[in-house]
Amino acid sequence: MELYVPILVLAVLAAGFAIFSVSIAPFTGPKRWNRAKLDAYECGIDPTPQPVGGGRFPLKYMITAMLFIVFDIEIIFLYPWAVAFDKLGLFGLVEMVLFIVTVLVAYAYVWRRKGLDWD
Amino acid sequence: METAEIIQGAGGAIGASWLMIALPLLGAAILLLGGRRTNGWGHLLGVAMSLGAFVVAVLSFVQMLGLDDSRRRQAVELFDFIPGMVKMGLLIDPLSISFALLITGVGSLIHIYSIGYMSHDPDRRRFFAYLNLFVAAMLLLVLADNYVGLYIGWEGVGLASYLLIGFWQHKPSAATAAKKAFIVNRVGDFGLAIGIFTIWTTFGSVAYGPVFEVAGEADQGVLTAIGLLLLLGACGKSAQLPLQSWLLDAMEGPTPVSALIHAATMVTAGVYLVVRSGAIFEAASTAQFVVTIVGVATLLAGAIIGCAKDDIKKALAGSTMSQIGYMMLAAGLGPVGYAFAIAHLITHGFFKANMFLGAGSVMHAMNDEVDMRKYGGLFSVMKVTAITFGIGYLAIIGFPLLSGYFTKDGIIESAMHVNPVLGWLAVAGAGITGFYMSRVMFMTFFGKRRWAPDAHPHESPAVMTIPLVILSIGSVFLGAYLILGNRLMLFLAPAVGRPADLPGFHPFSAPGLTTLALVAVGAAIAWAKYGRAEVPQVAPRGSFLTTFARRDLYGDALNESLFMRPGQWLTRIAVFFDNRAVDGLVNGLAAGIGGTSGRMRRLQNGFVRSYALSILFGAAMVVGALLYVGTL
Amino acid sequence: MNDIAAPTIEYGQLAPMLLVFGAAVLGVLVEAFAPRYLRRSIHIPLTLAALVGSFALVLVQVFVSGVPTSPAAMGAVAVDGPTLFLWGVIAALAFVSVLLINDEDNFVAQAAAVPGSADEEDAEIAGFSQTEVYPLVLFAVGGMLLFTASNDLLIMFVALEVMSLPLYLLCGLARRRRLLSQEAAVKYFLLGAFSSAFFLFGMAMVYGFAGSVGLSDINAALPNVGGQEPLLVLGTALLGVGLLFKIGAAPFQAWKPDVYQGAPTPITALMASGTLVAAFGALLRVFWVALGNFDWDWRPVMWGVAILTMVAGAILAITQTDIKRMLAYSSIAHAGFLLTGVIATGAAEQNRDALSGILFYLLVYGITTVGAFAIVTMVRDAGGEAGHLSRWAGLGKRSPMLAGVFAFFLLAFAGIPLTSGFFGKYAVFSAAVAGGVLPLVLVGVVSSAIAAFFYVRVIVLMFFSDPAADGPTVVGPSVGTASVVAVAAAATVVLGVFPEPMLDLADKAASALFVR
Repeated sequence: MELYVPILVLAVLAAGFAIFSVSIAPFTGPKRWNRAKLDAYECGIDPTPQPVGGGRFPLKYMITAMLFIVFDIEIIFLYPWAVAFDKLGLFGLVEMVLFIVTVLVAYAYVWRRKGLDWD
Repeated sequence: METAEIIQGAGGAIGASWLMIALPLLGAAILLLGGRRTNGWGHLLGVAMSLGAFVVAVLSFVQMLGLDDSRRRQAVELFDFIPGMVKMGLLIDPLSISFALLITGVGSLIHIYSIGYMSHDPDRRRFFAYLNLFVAAMLLLVLADNYVGLYIGWEGVGLASYLLIGFWQHKPSAATAAKKAFIVNRVGDFGLAIGIFTIWTTFGSVAYGPVFEVAGEADQGVLTAIGLLLLLGACGKSAQLPLQSWLLDAMEGPTPVSALIHAATMVTAGVYLVVRSGAIFEAASTAQFVVTIVGVATLLAGAIIGCAKDDIKKALAGSTMSQIGYMMLAAGLGPVGYAFAIAHLITHGFFKANMFLGAGSVMHAMNDEVDMRKYGGLFSVMKVTAITFGIGYLAIIGFPLLSGYFTKDGIIESAMHVNPVLGWLAVAGAGITGFYMSRVMFMTFFGKRRWAPDAHPHESPAVMTIPLVILSIGSVFLGAYLILGNRLMLFLAPAVGRPADLPGFHPFSAPGLTTLALVAVGAAIAWAKYGRAEVPQVAPRGSFLTTFARRDLYGDALNESLFMRPGQWLTRIAVFFDNRAVDGLVNGLAAGIGGTSGRMRRLQNGFVRSYALSILFGAAMVVGALLYVGTL
Repeated sequence: MNDIAAPTIEYGQLAPMLLVFGAAVLGVLVEAFAPRYLRRSIHIPLTLAALVGSFALVLVQVFVSGVPTSPAAMGAVAVDGPTLFLWGVIAALAFVSVLLINDEDNFVAQAAAVPGSADEEDAEIAGFSQTEVYPLVLFAVGGMLLFTASNDLLIMFVALEVMSLPLYLLCGLARRRRLLSQEAAVKYFLLGAFSSAFFLFGMAMVYGFAGSVGLSDINAALPNVGGQEPLLVLGTALLGVGLLFKIGAAPFQAWKPDVYQGAPTPITALMASGTLVAAFGALLRVFWVALGNFDWDWRPVMWGVAILTMVAGAILAITQTDIKRMLAYSSIAHAGFLLTGVIATGAAEQNRDALSGILFYLLVYGITTVGAFAIVTMVRDAGGEAGHLSRWAGLGKRSPMLAGVFAFFLLAFAGIPLTSGFFGKYAVFSAAVAGGVLPLVLVGVVSSAIAAFFYVRVIVLMFFSDPAADGPTVVGPSVGTASVVAVAAAATVVLGVFPEPMLDLADKAASALFVR
């Protein structure tokens, strides 16, 4: 059973930290309320009231954010590949071209669907 | 009984003999699934499929003729049906190929005839679908190399027969007749099923080859039981006493159906079963003896019923019962009789189909009137029908040199040989046949015209008369061909064995001459009563015997008092018990399950948070259980 | 400078999968550049051709180049007998599902329009259709193919997500009752993400134990547990949760009825057939390739899950009033029956029989399911499919053909002889008995009996009840839908009467077991 002690300790630590943070915050934090702070966080748009007549729910911010993530990840892959370019040789080049082409396909889709226009 | 070895891995047409079953089955499937779209050409497809099967049968037959006797039993392996128990395969041997030729040959003719007969029926396509289904099932019945395959075919023909008897289901009598046929057959099928189960437990196989090889070594009691159970099945399908009652009612179906299923082919399945299981019956002499008793009793009962019926199809149905009685009798005689049973079966298939189709042609002409008292004098207006019907008539009464003469005489001679009592009873039956068939002939085609005022009889179209002509040619020559020189007996020998000494043909023996004399007397009486004398439009009250015969020998009354009423009582008691006791338990169980279901259902409240929680609990349970198991 | 060795990739072995993914990417390009009115007519042939090609490439491997004997792509993907069989099954099922999806009346005109809004109406009038469905389906199918074949937990996780994400989206695209559909999509997404987290966490634990995510490495590490047992136990449990969620085993089944009901019926058909097949492939691989030597520990737990799944599926189905929910619970019960086979797989010599039984069962269940859902799409009310069972009353009198085929499918689900379902159950249960899990089989048989009750109840309802006065209409099926029903019915008959060749094939596929 002693094998499980570390897991138990981890669980207790995690639970303890959570309880501690939640319970201590009301006492230590400053309380300066305003209207914006009380709103639910919803990517910069008003969650309520809904647009009159059930119009579209604007998602521009979301789309931009997701596009950013796509290219962010592309860069994450590109960087180490660039560093180790010599060692990876032709195979690495081909793979990376394939990868970029695939990302480009998604990019083309967003572009053609006017995902890049703000208005 | 010496039969040839079964040879595996057949090739050529025999190797492709599964097509015989597949083609009509495909036809039925296309016609049933295709629905109205196939209305325009459905009947042609049906005919083509049946003819296709016939061609395969003929090719297989030709191929078989080219083989030595010892190589004429060919097995065609198909697939493993129930792994470890039943390998589905076909057994193509002289016995099964004879049946296949009869089924596909007569079947195709009847398909063609039906094009004309059913031309005004809006459901003609469905009719052909069922006919094709029947042909496929019947071929499976005779071609399968094991009892399970036979049983599937057996049920298949039962289903097709049910569907076709009740084809005009808007008529309540047809619907009832279909149900009756189905239920009575169920009794027989039950016997057959138990028989097959017993075969499996006794021999550890259901394939013919292995079973027959060791049939003689089993316990006598068990063998007798198997024999009697198989006989029960045969009685149901072949309308033998005591399960005969459905056949007369089955005449509610369209006439081509009566000709194909309830005269030429399906009702002979019982004979096939007995002949095919010859190895079992020979080892169980009691069962074999019972077969002959059943045969003789039915041949007399059928003949007596035939004497009193005014409905032309019912009179013919009585005669069918009687003729199958002859076959059954022969099949119970052992190898001496097998060839005669099959020969009579084949010739009967021709002349009885011929007469049924002739009757259909008459009905077609007479606005579907079936009462012979409203016929009379039709010879002059429907010559082809009358002549072909007359040939069938002469064949069935055993007019010298026509088909029935040879085959029936063979049965009587062999029966004499085995047991004179049976033989003389069969002779008496032949005499009665002479009477009632002459009665049918004279009442329909001769004497005064007693037609309904609106009847305008006319000859049927060629598509109907050509099959009649072909069948009547068979009715004339087939008997002589099969019997003389023991042709059929030698052909069948590899499949069913051959008797110790071949019977000769004795045209002038005492039983043979007596038979002819009795037939002549019967025909003469019929002429006096129905040909020359005035036939009353309404049936006279008649004697006790007539009433007895008209009521199908009180078969229905017997069934009613012996089975139906006690059955109904039993049902009522069972329902009472069921309501009070069993339902209490079952309903309680069902309510319990339903209640559990209802309660559990509340867990499914549609809130994703609850679902997530249940997953979390589930995960905790799995983790906990796994940890617990680990500590064990 | 020492070069990093380039990995070897057996493109030939992976071709069926790569083809599907390639077609999916092409599909996205079609979406991007083809004009709206042309898209559908490009997508359909492209999608169908990709699936046919994939199936053909599987056949080439099976019959021409031979089944590979070692894993491909540096041990990350195992293309072995079971994989190829399941690939064939998935490609075939996806093909028939696409024929069903092709009936655009099932899908929303414009997914982004708020349900009930003027935009939605405009889109419908303009005759728009959300053609992204096709590439999404291809991505999901590609994920399924990879899921069954992955020989590495990390690849398996990627496959799981590639399979699931498009499905989440597709679930929300029903044309009618859109709110229900969108709710189903969100539920499926949330719960799917939740279960993925379990899977990922379990993977981390197992990695901690074995020092590798390769299934064969994990297997190799099993004999030397050496003090790391907790990680292994927790990892096994959590991996199991993730996979059991996907097959819908109790107590992780809650999503199935809601999602099956809400999703567009063709997508439900794809999920109920293809996803189930893929998830069982992956489940078998994880538990028998990686954790096969650990079976004494996980087997009793799997017993419990199997029993719970069979019983819960069968019992809950009884009180369902919606045809799609009923089929969902039936799918849960069937997952339980299949789990019986999974448990029996390990028992020594019977390995092969149980495995081939499962393969066969998945095939026959999948095809019958697609057929059944195809029929569901055809019975319609004014407001879309007539989901409520009471609306199906007396259908047998109005459309005997349709009701007859549906009844036949239900009988196949119930496992009545002469239907393919009988041989599926027979194969799995007989192998399970031989594998020594008789009690489970008994539970299975009892559950089958309970399940038979509600199948028969629907049949009775269709044929022996009087039709409702304003009953649903049976729409004349499109060619695609009609051929799906025909193919499914034919397969159910043929595999029920003549199962031997397919059983042989499954047996052959199972004979090599899994490559490690």
